[in-house]
Amino acid sequence: MNVPKHWREIPERYRMEAGKCTKCTKILFPARLVCPFCGNKEFDKINLSGKGKLLTYTIIRTAPEGFEDFTPYAIGIVELKEGVKVMGQITDCNTETLKTGDQLVAKFRRMNEEGKTGMIMYSYKFVPDLGI
Amino acid sequence: MRNVAIIGIGIIKFGELWEKSLRDIAVEAALNCLEDAGTDRVDSVTIGCMSSGLFNGQEHLASLIPDYLGKNNIPATRVESACASGALAVRTAFLEVASGISDYSLAIGVEKMTDVSTGMATYALASASDQDYEAFHGITFPGLYAMMAKAHMERYGTTREQLAEVAVKNHQNGALNPFAQYPFTVSRETVLNSTKIADPLRLLDCSPITDGAAAVLLTTVEEAKKYKNFPMVIIRGIGSATDTLSLNQRKDILEMVAVKKAVQNAFKMAGKTIQEIDFAEVHDCFTIAEILVMEAMGVVEPGNAGPATLDGLTALDGKFPINPSGGLKSKGHPVGATGVAQIFEAVSQLRGESGKRQINNPKVALTQNMGGSGGSCVCHVLEVK
Ligand SMILES: [Zn+2]
Repeated sequence: MNVPKHWREIPERYRMEAGKCTKCTKILFPARLVCPFCGNKEFDKINLSGKGKLLTYTIIRTAPEGFEDFTPYAIGIVELKEGVKVMGQITDCNTETLKTGDQLVAKFRRMNEEGKTGMIMYSYKFVPDLGI
Repeated sequence: MRNVAIIGIGIIKFGELWEKSLRDIAVEAALNCLEDAGTDRVDSVTIGCMSSGLFNGQEHLASLIPDYLGKNNIPATRVESACASGALAVRTAFLEVASGISDYSLAIGVEKMTDVSTGMATYALASASDQDYEAFHGITFPGLYAMMAKAHMERYGTTREQLAEVAVKNHQNGALNPFAQYPFTVSRETVLNSTKIADPLRLLDCSPITDGAAAVLLTTVEEAKKYKNFPMVIIRGIGSATDTLSLNQRKDILEMVAVKKAVQNAFKMAGKTIQEIDFAEVHDCFTIAEILVMEAMGVVEPGNAGPATLDGLTALDGKFPINPSGGLKSKGHPVGATGVAQIFEAVSQLRGESGKRQINNPKVALTQNMGGSGGSCVCHVLEVK
């Protein structure tokens, strides 16, 4: 991965920036140029709450390159309050007691180090929402 | 539009073919196909291959393959739709013939996956998911299907034993297939105790990394009448559809909309329903995939595929045999070749040439080949005259 490839996704990865369709009000993450629901091309920029519930997940035991040191790790699909579904890792939790329906919140975390450039990549990861 | 028949099929034994190159296996399958057809005439070639760039550092197969096949200078196209690249190549060859652009069109599916490390192969395969919003977070293909498996188990009560039965059944069929990479049976206990890959999926829920190639030769039904070596197999319907690349962006991760629509489109064109299908070759890249596809195709209602599999509905001697070839699970899954290999098996069965794994007198077959976590799907309905 080269630097611009990560850099251009920073608004989404660091701040969970999304697009809200000005016509049908659906929220799209990541933002798009065309609304898939109504065809509108205008959006307001919003930041997602990062709060939601776990829809499904898995524990990765055989990891892709760059993630080998983190196994076993949990990754799942979280449905946010805004109705958007997001994929992300679930951390700071006991993977054995994790369950579908758990309330989670997105936190800013270190993802991994890109092999060739040594660039450290950050993004959201989900953690149990303790309401604090 | 002209009616299209398949007059030649060719395949090679799938496996870890260290001694053979990408071009070797593609050409070998194509030569087997032309020998089967009994003609050397090829007006155009379409090559289905997912990622020779990442697997072999070799692109531009539309130039390389026809040349080494001894067909230099003819029009050639390479198509890519991840693991559905093979069926997409057949669809493209179909369009060549149906439209009148070519009279004889050859579709070749190929993937040479063992030239790179397992880590690199995993990376190449992950490029069929959303790199920026799925793969970036450390998800793998087993992981994506594992999430679907977990959701299916929680919603419908599908069990680990039912999932394992898909692998057991496909290995029973594959054990009878001389072209299969893993032509042996496995017990339910072996599947259930194999290494954990991504919970709840284990190693023997997953299709393997494979080198392989297959080819089919298409011409018009009129032209096909000249070839009387075997019963004529006609392509009655083709169907293709797409869905979001990211699994998380789907309304329901258990509803494979691309599969549903591709099957419906193929049935509509063929004027057939699922009741008229005698058997199917489907995309069992993971055990849960066969379960989801059965439900999307309308073989059973959503939630019933697990129990139906355990009851033997889809076994070789069942009411609706699925994957008589052994499927991706036992036959192997050279991604770009898989869709063409499915057509090979369907034609072989319809001609009555499948030996020990032959289904009793089938007339109509359905093939279903999909890309990634279901972001694309291409189906064919074949009928023997
Ligand atoms: Zn809209």
